[in-house]
Amino acid sequence: MSVDPAPSTVDETAARTSGTATPTGSARRRVPLAGLIALAVLILLAAVPLFVAPFQTSMLARMLIFALLAVSLDLLVGITGLPSLGHAAYFGIGAYTAGLVAKYWTAAAPIPLIAAVVVAAFAAVATGWLAVRSHGVFFLMLTLAIGELIQQLAESWSGVTGGDNGLSGIPAVEVAGEPLSLVGYVYWYVLFFAVLGFTVIWAVSRSPFGAALRGIRDNEPRMRSLGYSPFRYKLAGFTLAGAIAGLAGGLFASQQFALVTPADLGFTTSALALLAVAVGGAGSLWGPAIGAAVVVLIRDVYGPDLDGHGTLVLGIVFIVAVYSLRNGLAGLTTTRFRRRGPPADAAPAPPRDNEATTPDPTTPDPTQATSAVPPTGGLPANRQEGHGVDQGSKGPGTDDPPRHADDPGERRS
Amino acid sequence: MSALLELRGVGRSFGALKAVDGVDLDVESGARHALIGPNGAGKSTLFRLISGEMAVTAGTVTLSGDEVTKLSQVRRARRGLAQTMQHSSLFLTQTAAQNVALAAQRHRGSARWLLPRRQRDVDSRVTELLAAVGLLERGEVAVSALSHGERRQLEIAVALACEPRLLLMDEPAAGMSPAESGRLTELVLALPREITVVIVEHDLDVVFALAERVTVLHLGQVLLTGSPDEVRESVAVQEAYLGSSNRGELFGPTSRPDPSEGHPVSNLLAEGALHSDEADGGTRS
Repeated sequence: MSVDPAPSTVDETAARTSGTATPTGSARRRVPLAGLIALAVLILLAAVPLFVAPFQTSMLARMLIFALLAVSLDLLVGITGLPSLGHAAYFGIGAYTAGLVAKYWTAAAPIPLIAAVVVAAFAAVATGWLAVRSHGVFFLMLTLAIGELIQQLAESWSGVTGGDNGLSGIPAVEVAGEPLSLVGYVYWYVLFFAVLGFTVIWAVSRSPFGAALRGIRDNEPRMRSLGYSPFRYKLAGFTLAGAIAGLAGGLFASQQFALVTPADLGFTTSALALLAVAVGGAGSLWGPAIGAAVVVLIRDVYGPDLDGHGTLVLGIVFIVAVYSLRNGLAGLTTTRFRRRGPPADAAPAPPRDNEATTPDPTTPDPTQATSAVPPTGGLPANRQEGHGVDQGSKGPGTDDPPRHADDPGERRS
Repeated sequence: MSALLELRGVGRSFGALKAVDGVDLDVESGARHALIGPNGAGKSTLFRLISGEMAVTAGTVTLSGDEVTKLSQVRRARRGLAQTMQHSSLFLTQTAAQNVALAAQRHRGSARWLLPRRQRDVDSRVTELLAAVGLLERGEVAVSALSHGERRQLEIAVALACEPRLLLMDEPAAGMSPAESGRLTELVLALPREITVVIVEHDLDVVFALAERVTVLHLGQVLLTGSPDEVRESVAVQEAYLGSSNRGELFGPTSRPDPSEGHPVSNLLAEGALHSDEADGGTRS
């Protein structure tokens, strides 16, 4: 479904979830294949309006827009480790901004979108400046509150936003002075900017900056000791995610017969985006894009056939995804990569805690048998692994359980 | 030589407990300085106060002449203070090279932090550092697949990537075999003299092999600062150690014949955690 601009993130996820050593050498070798897949998907997506009926085409455009929102959220959730419950706020701000600009100023092609991105980014800086100081549940609650606040604003500022009725009468986007009147053209417009947005997020996630964001996600104190300021990086990540969400919102407002309502920036949209990230697999970027397609498919395409029970089906999909897919849909590919087996030169790593709790019967972990220590609950995985590999004598002073028992010879004087 | 690190009356209290109490410490530029002391002496707390991870409740910390008492850990890190952690805190899912690169990119080429350009400068620095700690061949291996000893070596490469003037090493030899701690000692001895090293270590063989100056902490206070020989001969130091354990001679004329004859704390830990037969054998030997 999505343009897959993140070929090697598959390998990163594989390494992260399986704990196996994936030398980047082999990752580089796989890039051409993934690049080809991405290109094929892109061509397929570009060809859609030529073969598919207008309704389905516009539905696909909605999927792309929602996928862009989900991927921008994944930059927060999966890469930076900041699960936000208010991400739709920036989507909505982008949508209202683009709609208002198109309605009252100009609908000339990129201007409403640029306005959407800029305003959403400003909103993200201002709110993120508060939010990223907090951690965990507090971050969740703060982003939820920010989202609700902005939704309230959209509802009550009816002179500008149209209140509960929403913002309607947004003119069609104009490219080179001509309004895009056909669904296919609008679709291409959406596709172009969605791919642009995906590419930006992918490039950022692959950049040194992205590596720093992952480092902050995994171990913030460590990053501080390396001289990184987690606050600045998190704020930058939050702002970028907000800006891309704003771009998605701007695209949302440039669809045909666009209607932007307060619901678009409320909790439901945020939760659906988070659901798309969870179903698709956080941190992989392309997974959430597919997750978003699944969400839109179930809610909007099959929803009417299900007598409005689409949300129920979504809930079931979510539960199934959480319980049976360790890392969402993206995890399916990494499992497949794992079955090929880790490279021979890489020593297998003992199972991490999460694997210990959800063992995968289809992929027997070679280290399960060789690991000398059975996983004990309280120990962090890394120290546990250290013992699995290193049988050296125990230095004093660590609070690891000394394991001289394994090499009694060393203790004889 | 001037003092690179100066502590004056540094203290940290947790309620009524004074974990670190009025510590004065001068570390000369280029020195190899060790902090030792029985468990609970405040060594790790003092380290945190130096690195800025924890704020002092009394006293001042001065780094190359500038007072850094109020500066955050991040700021101090940017002024050339790097540390290796007591518990390996590397990024397990990433390769050894990526771990070093993450530190190197912060201190080199900060201008290209956004775009995934080919970073030759950072890459060559990473190769150089991996080679320096003897992990060149393991660069593309995920940290989770490295042995404990290799991880400690990698910790040092990561710390060196921060281009430190002052390197704080918190128990770098912890959990290492004698051969591994021997290699570690060589590695630290080979560091250029532009890097000042302050080391907290329980393995006294490592301490006496590395350090030119040794500061003994006891109950949060400096008991003695002196050369390794002075420390070895000090009655006060022996008493401080003996008071916290039930072992006999600590700094014998001969150095420890084998690792099991280590430092008293090793046996305290061992008794609690080992299988009883092994623990008995260990303490009796």
